[in-house]
Amino acid sequence: MLNNLIVSGSPHIHKPESISRIMWTVVISLIPAGIAGVIIFGWGALWLTLAAVAAAVLTELIFSIWTKKKITVLDGSAVITGILLAFNLPSGVPLWLPIVGAVFSIAIGKQVFGGLGQNIFNPALVGRVFLMASWPRYMTTFTRPFSYDAVTSATPLAMLKEGKILEHISYLDLFLGKHGGCIGEVCILAILIGAAILLIKGYISWHIPVIYIFTTAVFTYIFGSGKLFGGDWLFHILSGGLILGAFFMATDYVATPLTAKGQLIFGFGCGLLTAVIRIWGGYPEGASYAILMMNAATPFIDRYTRNRIYGTK
Amino acid sequence: MRNLIKEFTKGIIKENPTFVLALGLCPTLAVSVSVANAIGMGIAATFVLLGSSLIISLVRDFIPEKIRIPCYIVIIATFVTIAELCMKAYSPALDRSLGIYVPLIVVNCIVLGRAEAFACKNNIARSFFDGLGMGVGFTLALILISAIREFLGSGQILGYALVKGFEPIFVFGMPSGALLVIGLLLGLFNLLKGRKV
Repeated sequence: MLNNLIVSGSPHIHKPESISRIMWTVVISLIPAGIAGVIIFGWGALWLTLAAVAAAVLTELIFSIWTKKKITVLDGSAVITGILLAFNLPSGVPLWLPIVGAVFSIAIGKQVFGGLGQNIFNPALVGRVFLMASWPRYMTTFTRPFSYDAVTSATPLAMLKEGKILEHISYLDLFLGKHGGCIGEVCILAILIGAAILLIKGYISWHIPVIYIFTTAVFTYIFGSGKLFGGDWLFHILSGGLILGAFFMATDYVATPLTAKGQLIFGFGCGLLTAVIRIWGGYPEGASYAILMMNAATPFIDRYTRNRIYGTK
Repeated sequence: MRNLIKEFTKGIIKENPTFVLALGLCPTLAVSVSVANAIGMGIAATFVLLGSSLIISLVRDFIPEKIRIPCYIVIIATFVTIAELCMKAYSPALDRSLGIYVPLIVVNCIVLGRAEAFACKNNIARSFFDGLGMGVGFTLALILISAIREFLGSGQILGYALVKGFEPIFVFGMPSGALLVIGLLLGLFNLLKGRKV
C-alpha cells in the first residue's frame, strides 16, 4: 500500500500529462502541415521527413546507450526535432541532407548539452542553420509547387528581396501554400490547424506566437517599404517560416522563458529580429536566426522576469 | 636527463596548451583553416617559446619582481619580430595568409604563461625543454584541428583532395566551425583522460 504513495514536494496537483504525452501530441499537430507539404511538393517531401525522423531517433538512441542514460527515444522529442528539421528544408534536397542535419541537431544541438531539458537552443533550428551554412546551394533551391519535379522557383520573400514584382501571388495563395518554400512552412492553414490543437490542449500559451507575429507585422508595416507606414505586413506574416516558427519552434519548452512576462519579451525580440533580418539583412528570411538569437538570450530574460515570491516585496 | 624528457613530453599530452590548459585559443581559432597555416603558425610560436623561455630563464635573477611582465614582453617581442621578418623574407605567401596573427604571438597566452609559470622559476635546461614541449604540443594541436577543419570544410588536406564526390561542409571553414571542432576535441580529451568537468 505504502508503495503506491509518492513522496514529493509541493505542488501536489496531479495531471495525466507527461513529457511523452505532450510530445506525441505535438507530433500529431504537425501532421496537417506535413500532409499539406506532401500534397504541394509530392512524395519527396514525405521521404525527406521520414529520413530526418529516423536519423534523429537513431542518434538519440545511440547517445542514450553510449552515455548509459535512461533511453528517452520513445518520449517523442527526437521525432519532433526530425519533423521540424525536415519541415525547414526545401523539398528538392538530396536525401542525405536531412540525415546529416538530424544527426547534427540531436548530437550537437541537444545531447552534448545533456539531452532533453538541457539544450539551450532549439535542436531543429541548430540543424537547419548548420545545413544553411554548410550547403547553401541546396538550402536555397526551392521547387515550384505542384510541379513534382526539378522546376525551381524562388520563395516570395526571396523575390521581394531581389525587388521582383509579386503580383501573381495572392494572399490566398500564400495562405494555402501555393508558392515556393520549405516543406512544412508553406501551408499556413495546415499549420494553424496544428497550432489550434496545441492551444486548445493548453500545451502552448498564446504569449510567444501572438506577440511574435504581431511585432513582425508592426515593424514590417512601418519599415517594410521605401516610405514609412507603407509595408505589406500581411504578406510578411503569410510568407516564409514565420507562422511555423512562431507556433512550433519559438514555443519550445526548454529554450524559452518560463514566465508570461519573459515570454512576451521573447516574442517581441523574435519579431523585431525577424523583421530586421527580412528588411535590412542579407538573407530573405530570418525567422530561424531570430529564434536562435532569442534562445541565447533566454537565461538572461529568465533572470530579470522572475515572479515575485508571495509575501515578499 | 629523465626529468628533462618529462618536461618535454608533458607539453604534448598531459599539459597540452590547447586542449588541457586551454591557452592560446584565439590564434588557434583564427589560423586553423588549413594545415599549411597551422604548421607555419606552430613553427613560429615554437621558435618564440623556445627563445623567450631560454632568455627569461637566463635573466630571471636580474629582473625586478614589479616590472617582470614588461620585461617578458620586450624579450618575447624581440623573438616575434625575428620570426615575423624571417617569415616575410622566406615565405611571403604564408605571411600573407597568417596576417596579423604572427605579430600577435607577442600576446599569446601560452608564451607569456610559460614565462610566468615556468621559465622564471626554473633553470635554463628545464625551461628550454618546457618551451620546446609546449611549442610542439601547440603545433600538434593546431595540425589536428586544422586537418579536421580543412578536410571537412574543403575536402582537402594540404591542398590535395582526398575523397572524390565529397561535398564540403562549408561551416567548418568558418569561425563557428573552429569553435565546434575545438569544443568537441576538448570534450574528447577530457573523455580520454577520464576527467569529469
